[in-house]
Amino acid sequence: MTTTIGAHPTRRLILQGAASVALLGLGNLPFGAAPARAAANDKYPEEAFKQKNEADAIKALYGRTAEPSDKVKLDAPEIAENGGVVPISVTTSLDKVTSISFFVAENPNALAASYRIPEGTIPAVANRLKMAKTTKLTAIVEADGKLYSATKEVKVTVGGCGG
Amino acid sequence: MASSIRVRATSNGDITEVQTLIQHPMDTGLVKDSKGEPIPAHFIQELKFECNGKEVFVANWGTAVSKDPYVKFSFRGAKKGDELKISWTDNKGASDTTTAKIA
Repeated sequence: MTTTIGAHPTRRLILQGAASVALLGLGNLPFGAAPARAAANDKYPEEAFKQKNEADAIKALYGRTAEPSDKVKLDAPEIAENGGVVPISVTTSLDKVTSISFFVAENPNALAASYRIPEGTIPAVANRLKMAKTTKLTAIVEADGKLYSATKEVKVTVGGCGG
Repeated sequence: MASSIRVRATSNGDITEVQTLIQHPMDTGLVKDSKGEPIPAHFIQELKFECNGKEVFVANWGTAVSKDPYVKFSFRGAKKGDELKISWTDNKGASDTTTAKIA
């Protein structure tokens, strides 16, 4: 293996795009080999989690933009009384889903969670996220190499940042 | 020490539904304690589920996942009695692993 494993991980490599990703992604999925960006990779997408705003985080994670789709169903409360624990789930009728990610636009770091969906796993996830304040919430589903999104506005009455 | 991971995996025909609850502070690094000192970030980065030697679900998490995280998903291809292996690692290098029988 040519991957460098050391104190300074390969953040730069990940961002440098397809050529280096191809090296890293040896054990990759049977389909969609070409658009294998960080999300389809086995590594923790550290750079994406550091991005402050949503557009940068999506770019760092997937390297492209998503188009809204009514096949992505995002379920979140209209009003969250406690921003520290907001139950959120997403389901989709899309085929060949490889990952699902959640972005909370108004949080200090937009990317909240990213899930890899191997073949055979139902493309649906439920989890609980923190929200600093009233925010736009975006779910992105990666299916057959394309990105599809759904958004929802969640009103937060008590923020999830505590302190 | 009791495991930090609580799992319920139930088989419903071909589909296995997995619900997981993990005990973890999931500190963001932005909150200050009562003395005004910042509490350093401490959160789970990766949570993996394996069944019959195959990864069935992988979560990459940031600090925005709630304290004592909960996650639910379903997958095909397992049956009652199969073992599900769950493991997490956090940003401080701590980790925990457990196995659960699919009921």
